[in-house]
Amino acid sequence: MSRTITTTDKKPAPRPDVIGGHTLSMFVNNQPGVLMRICQIFARRAYNIDSLVVSQGRDPRFSRLTLGISGDPAGLTQIILQCDKLIDVIHCYEHTADDSVTREMALVKVSVEGGEKRTEVLQIVEHFGGKTVDLSESSMIIRIEGASDKVDAAIRLLTNYDIIETVRTGKVVMARGEQST
Amino acid sequence: MANTQSAELDGAQALIKTLDSLGVEYVFGYSGGAALPIFDALETVETNMKFVLTRHEQGATHMADGYARATGKPAVVLVTSGPGAGNTITGIMTAQMDSVPMIIVTGQQVTWMLGKDAFQEADIFGITIPVVKHNYLVRETNDLPRIAKEAYHISTTGRPGPVLIDVPKNISQSPYTGNFDDDLAAELDLPGYNPQKAMEVDEVSLEQAARLINLSKKPLILAGHGAMIAGAEAELMEMANKLECPVTSTLLGKGVFPESHPLSLGMLGMHGTAYANKAICECDLIFNIGSRFDDRIIGQADKFGAQAKIIHVDIDEAEMGKMIVPDVEVVGDAKAVLQQLLPMVEKADHADWLEHLNGYKKKYPLGYKKQGGLRMQQVLDEIHDLTDGNAIISTDVGQHQMWAAQFYTNDASFKWLSSGGAGTMGFGFPGAIGAQFACPDETVISVSGDGGFQMTLCELATAVIHKLPIKILVLNNHYLGMVRQWQELFFDNRESGVDLEGNPDFVKLAEAYGAKGINIKRPADVRKKLQEALDYNDGPVVINAECIKTDNVFPMIPAGAALEDMLIEPPKYKMEKPVGST
Repeated sequence: MSRTITTTDKKPAPRPDVIGGHTLSMFVNNQPGVLMRICQIFARRAYNIDSLVVSQGRDPRFSRLTLGISGDPAGLTQIILQCDKLIDVIHCYEHTADDSVTREMALVKVSVEGGEKRTEVLQIVEHFGGKTVDLSESSMIIRIEGASDKVDAAIRLLTNYDIIETVRTGKVVMARGEQST
Repeated sequence: MANTQSAELDGAQALIKTLDSLGVEYVFGYSGGAALPIFDALETVETNMKFVLTRHEQGATHMADGYARATGKPAVVLVTSGPGAGNTITGIMTAQMDSVPMIIVTGQQVTWMLGKDAFQEADIFGITIPVVKHNYLVRETNDLPRIAKEAYHISTTGRPGPVLIDVPKNISQSPYTGNFDDDLAAELDLPGYNPQKAMEVDEVSLEQAARLINLSKKPLILAGHGAMIAGAEAELMEMANKLECPVTSTLLGKGVFPESHPLSLGMLGMHGTAYANKAICECDLIFNIGSRFDDRIIGQADKFGAQAKIIHVDIDEAEMGKMIVPDVEVVGDAKAVLQQLLPMVEKADHADWLEHLNGYKKKYPLGYKKQGGLRMQQVLDEIHDLTDGNAIISTDVGQHQMWAAQFYTNDASFKWLSSGGAGTMGFGFPGAIGAQFACPDETVISVSGDGGFQMTLCELATAVIHKLPIKILVLNNHYLGMVRQWQELFFDNRESGVDLEGNPDFVKLAEAYGAKGINIKRPADVRKKLQEALDYNDGPVVINAECIKTDNVFPMIPAGAALEDMLIEPPKYKMEKPVGST
């Protein structure tokens, strides 16, 4: 018997020993194996990587990483220093909501058999400034962009309809003003 | 050896030439298929490097490690792919844990077979990531000189450590088409690595440190391996004298401050001296110079130095606050920090504090019973006496190591080689081989138990063939003594997996390898037999000392317990199981 996997995004119960919502940005060498070095630092210290975005930098020798992480709050500073210590990491910064902007995108496939449902879903999409990127007789794919909590809210509302699956890009971060990311 | 024109170099030759030009003196290794081109280059390229064939790849890593600990310079380990590379892991981890420079070159399957479970293919790049300072999987032949240069630089600067270079066979045997002289002369481009930063110490942190030092009435310097690596012996001495400040050292810091100096309290920690541990508990300032506050020395972290302000000087920023949150963090090279700090601190008089600690020295001296059979402590005490404490000591891990640390006091850096962080049994003897190659004119003593010696004793062949006059002290109690001690103290004396029944006759074993063997059985014979061993310099000598089976190391702080809960003598009550590991 196959296990049912829920692809809707319900918030897990909060755990006091774990901090979530911390966002790290790293500027790293664009080479095979660099991600492995970084991930091992988190895994060894029982941190979870909640989201991860990697892409080539403007200078193709380097890559940008944005990591959303959760784990024991006491170890966070040390983890940042350990990442920074890697030869392949040029720098590693932690960003808070105050000093940075974060954005992510989600694609949500919703089952919309019947015109009434479709209209309701389209209203939600419009409210969140989303877009319909695919439409068929039985389903539609919606694109939602924005800060993570906005994406969360949209998906929560859509959960009232029949979500077939969701895919999120994970957040990207950029420091505000003069500060570098 | 044939001379090869640089225009006709293959990758392996370019690699060997680069390592030679960097000043590498020794290559310790074990050959194999994927490393064939590199081994061939050792024959076809004229270099100043000497190759030593070991009997196991682990031995090669410990030899390179012992060489580096005795000189501060890295040696190269050269092995083949798959199992050859896999056998180096323990040695690499040992070097990484103790900040020892080392360059490991591993052969690898050809690039187009990687990931296909080819013969002797192992993802050694992936496997070693957690135990190296940095590593490379070479994908272009022309990258080899650059990578070798980077590896040497990364390994030897900042906080030193092992760097591994994995070289697929097609990469090493393809023609090198770069300009070798240009490649050698090229500047390194490592934007994520700036060890020079350690020389520029933050002024504010120095001022804060100086203020705490000048306010302190009962200061204590904790000197670690970092002070030794930085070559800060003179500055440390000047600082201790100027402040009239007692100095304790970590296991790896032994010798950076002379242990015979009146200000020295010897080693602290789990099996450190009672007076060093009492000083930690009672001082008002712990001035840590180049120690990473290892769990072996701090015990229960929240009770460590409870009365004290703490200054932490470390070259590695990631050590700050890892174990102990200091009052002042000073990130920088220990020598640079001390040089800048010396004019900022005031000459002090701490006669009362020193007298108080001298009271502890008199009350709790390190000692051992002279009756009831041969004790390891006696053997170590006497060999210390016979060599005036000037020999290079390379130890294994366990009871003999702790007694050696207690009784073989050191007055100079780079003479105490011991696997501290990793706690690697089997390190001592091959470590001594590396040290003897590095320092042919010095007396090198390998101190092992019967357990650890048997892990790497195949290197007897290596020592014999090179006629290395190493004194191999096997302190034989037919037990894994430290584990047995824990079982006695914490597990109702239930022995499990510690009885080394079936040990060979070590003297006959030595003779079978062509080495000299000496047995010591009676306390009265120790001096004479040790002298006989010290006088024999035609090759290695194995001294098998049959010691009493069930002795325990004290003082002792159970793992995870506070320093104030130190046991100075055997407990008279049943002990709780310790919360810390081992």
